[in-house]
Amino acid sequence: MNNRLINWFKYASPQSFYPLAGKMIPWFAAAGAVFGIAGLWIGMAVAPTDFQQGEGYRIIFIHVPASWMSMFIYLVMAFWAALGLAYNTRLSGMMAQALAPTGALMAFLSLWTGALWGKPMWGTWWVWDARLTSELILLFLYIGFIALQAAIDDPRRADKAGAVLALVGVVNIPIIYFSVKWWNTLHQGASVSLNRAPAMASLMLWGMLLMALAFWMYSIAIALYRARTIMLERERGTEWVKETLAAEGAK
Amino acid sequence: MIGSVGAVAARDLKLAMRRQADLVSVLFFFIIVASLFPLGVGPEPQLLKKLAPGVLWVGALLATMLSLPRLFADDYRDGTLEQLVLAPQPLGLTVIGKVVAHWLVSGLPLALLAPVLGLQFDLETDALLILTVSLLIGTPALSGIGAVGAALTLGLRGGGVLVSLLVLPLYIPVLIFGAGAVDATVTGMGAEAHLSILGALAIGGVFFAPWATAAALRISLE
Repeated sequence: MNNRLINWFKYASPQSFYPLAGKMIPWFAAAGAVFGIAGLWIGMAVAPTDFQQGEGYRIIFIHVPASWMSMFIYLVMAFWAALGLAYNTRLSGMMAQALAPTGALMAFLSLWTGALWGKPMWGTWWVWDARLTSELILLFLYIGFIALQAAIDDPRRADKAGAVLALVGVVNIPIIYFSVKWWNTLHQGASVSLNRAPAMASLMLWGMLLMALAFWMYSIAIALYRARTIMLERERGTEWVKETLAAEGAK
Repeated sequence: MIGSVGAVAARDLKLAMRRQADLVSVLFFFIIVASLFPLGVGPEPQLLKKLAPGVLWVGALLATMLSLPRLFADDYRDGTLEQLVLAPQPLGLTVIGKVVAHWLVSGLPLALLAPVLGLQFDLETDALLILTVSLLIGTPALSGIGAVGAALTLGLRGGGVLVSLLVLPLYIPVLIFGAGAVDATVTGMGAEAHLSILGALAIGGVFFAPWATAAALRISLE
């Protein structure tokens, strides 16, 4: 037990995590590429054309994984934030900071592809549907997190302040979601319902799952890559960074 | 315990009363924003009546947000905040005291001013009443949640814009149920459900936000 604890905390220091992340990135990137190619192949070539929506539905192979990832990344970010506040580890804040842009990108992608899908299907780019609105608010929360971190020069303070904000945000997400949902049903603005049961062909489901895995792997790879850059930048005064950079330069 | 909350609130109130221009400017911001909407969308009474709950609530929200930096900024500048953090009383209680004072000088006047502006929008008497009640219940939540944002952005450049980025998304539930209560009265559905949820949000906000604020203050003062 004691042994395991030491092992875990060993990678909590940037110095030992940096090479580990470097080793992991190619694997996750490769897995992302493989899943992505397989998912796109099933989604674009193999899956049957939808009876009602025609070919336009195929955008869900991007849209749904992006929406899932945007929500999931916020939770992971909040997890790292909580860990950073509790254990005061430097790496946790770096991970949260590295995840935020990817999460914001996913939320934006989800909104963008949703708009592209909505135009031919609903005849409008945007409806004030509960899901769309809460996804938009999620994007705002990401932007707030990134803006707060960017405004603070001292990285340790930036980490902690961002962590408090991420935790406050994560507590608020269910409240925001349900209030938006109720607001929407009261106003009955959008006559379109997204709440039908997902009665889709199993091939479509497979395509979507593969794409979700691909997005997942991509997010991990890019977050680790970004975390490595942040580590080098923040620890630039230390010996290990100088040695690492010298070693990498020699290659 | 109540004594320390009261002492902080009384001190903040006294300081606020010495600078009444600050308070009045927030109120005038609210009045001007509410007056801009008819000029922007046109003077049709039906349309204005429909817009009124949302416009007045958004105006109150923005006015509260603009007054947030006052919550800690002055105390931060002259070092009082550090002493408050060092004091033996729990920091969360001190924050509650400051939130109470902030509400008394921003939320309460806004709520009392809102029905006058509601008249401009041709709201009925019962809608005006619910507007005031919903603002009375909802603005404490705005002060509480806003305190977290104010504490996080303490002493940062561009703090004012930043605080709006942080705080406005978190204000959305309060806005929905606050404006929804007035809307429900206008359409004759009854506002009790909205007001109950608004009350729950206010209690939750005032109870939990000070502890997050205390954590944020400690980080800002490190």
